[in-house]
Amino acid sequence: MSVFEIISHQLINGLVLGSFYALVALGYTMIFGVIKLLNFAHGDLYMVGGFIGFLSLSAISSVVGSDWPGIFVAMFLSMIAVGFIGVIIERVAYHPMLGAPRLSILITALAVSLVLQNTVLSLTGGQYTAFKTDLGFAGINLGSLFISYNQMVLVATAGVLMIALQLFITKTQFGRAMRAVSIDMDMSQLLGINVPVIIAVTFFIGSALAAAAGTMAGAYYGSIWYFMGFLIGLKAFTAAVIGGIGSIPGAMLGGLILGLLEAFGTQIPFIGSEWKDVFSFAVLILVLVLKPTGLLGKSEQERM
Amino acid sequence: MASHDTGPNRLTDRIAARFENPTLRWGGIGLILILLAIVPSVFGQYATVIMTNALLYVVLALGLNVVVGFAGLLDLGYAAFFAVGAYTIGILTLDFGVNFWLALPCAVMAAAIAGVIIGGPTLRLRSDYLAIVTLGFGEIVRFSARNLEITGKASGLSGIGQPWLFGWHIATPTDFYFVFCCLAIVAVIVSLRLENSRLGRAWLYVRHDEDVAEAMGINRVAVKMAAYVTGAIFASIGGAFFAANLGAISPESFSFTQSVLILMAVILGGMGKIPGVILGAFIVILGPELLRNLGELRLMVFAVMLLLIMLFRPSGIWPKRGTRS
Repeated sequence: MSVFEIISHQLINGLVLGSFYALVALGYTMIFGVIKLLNFAHGDLYMVGGFIGFLSLSAISSVVGSDWPGIFVAMFLSMIAVGFIGVIIERVAYHPMLGAPRLSILITALAVSLVLQNTVLSLTGGQYTAFKTDLGFAGINLGSLFISYNQMVLVATAGVLMIALQLFITKTQFGRAMRAVSIDMDMSQLLGINVPVIIAVTFFIGSALAAAAGTMAGAYYGSIWYFMGFLIGLKAFTAAVIGGIGSIPGAMLGGLILGLLEAFGTQIPFIGSEWKDVFSFAVLILVLVLKPTGLLGKSEQERM
Repeated sequence: MASHDTGPNRLTDRIAARFENPTLRWGGIGLILILLAIVPSVFGQYATVIMTNALLYVVLALGLNVVVGFAGLLDLGYAAFFAVGAYTIGILTLDFGVNFWLALPCAVMAAAIAGVIIGGPTLRLRSDYLAIVTLGFGEIVRFSARNLEITGKASGLSGIGQPWLFGWHIATPTDFYFVFCCLAIVAVIVSLRLENSRLGRAWLYVRHDEDVAEAMGINRVAVKMAAYVTGAIFASIGGAFFAANLGAISPESFSFTQSVLILMAVILGGMGKIPGVILGAFIVILGPELLRNLGELRLMVFAVMLLLIMLFRPSGIWPKRGTRS
């Protein structure tokens, strides 16, 4: 392959991977924005989203088929279900802990993550579940470069979701309230914003986006298992930090950058693809050391 | 942050107050030592192996407690130092034929150097970011162990020899049980001495208010670095004996889950409180074992219990008196 082909091929791989990272990173960054919590269970919501998407698709495929239209319906159902799961998690595990030491709430987040993983583990027996779809392998050839329709649909869907989120955050009253809460929760409360509702909406949207990514990733890669949320959770967090945690455009940018870095990182001579995870964590550490606020983040004084 | 759970008459405090009496305290310590001594002969081999693991966790949790509990730095990649200790022993004894007791100080040095390397650029970061950097570091160490030739790639290292100590071949599970007993006791004593030392007080100041500590003439970064390196040393010693005990190590022994389990022991028991941390280590190891007859559900039940404990006792089961976060 020519250099141009390698570059454009990896560009597409990076975009697909980056779309997943960005969708998951958005939830991380939104939740961190409003309650300053590193929601370690977020990657597991992506996993649960994959499974609910799979179950929904199995249930409805006789009616709508299991090509993209069916996957979209399944994805929508999964988003709603996981959104509510996210809200429940917040009410049960995080809300009572808001006044507690910061490390304690981190432990409850880890406990929630264990609960989600082990629930799915005991239901599936820890096996990979085949995510069967009727997605074809067709695509278009641009010169010698091949792009599958699946990749195009996937990136486009992620793009639509992100644009919708951006419009929601910037144009609606809920979005404005959400931004206010992330700047100063107490002050927002005093100004009459219903903070618990805003937190619930934030968890709903964040979790739903992770579910969308989970369903699409399951359909695209063709298999799901109970531990699939772990690594993407870490990577998405990395993406959120690269972009500047708390910043929504930052999470999208960070996700895409990380996806592209990983795709191109595998092409660096002498560094095989088995080093790609090391590569992304090394990038994370470099970003944090050199520019701790991330690319689009605002500097913030630490509150104890 | 809000103070939590600080009443003077909590049950744990009342029990602890009883042990202010020296006779009772030494009696209690004596009783614990006797109980530890009779475990292998009374409860059999299976229990001995589990207890060995619990004692290893006591060492690791006490080490992490120096970092998290004393100095207030959140470390999510603590297993990395554990891995550095274990792999240094593995590589030195297998590839270079070095004696275990000579390799041990090398393992400690390697972990201390790793602590300086990762701590140097990152200790100035805010606490959440530090958590993530340590997490990233932990994953880098694990992936490197999985990819490098010298660490045996994914299958790890096996055939690590069991050490001799003055003519005593430390070989059976019971031998290792007693070795880990000694390690745990040393770890407790070192922790107690550190807590009451000049450095221990410096950690306390830094944990409560970095800026004021700095204004009082404490070198914030140096003090944090000391905590980091101390924690790394604890973990590397634990790792070294872990490698000698099992004879084989693989990258998956040092995963993020491992770091999380150690951190759980620290926070569950009560950060900074040495008896609490020991209790936490035992809960983390013995809990899932006691639930073993629940089969596949045991980790889930364990996680739910963990959640409930944190919800009802946010500062841990046995926190420091008058804990303020």
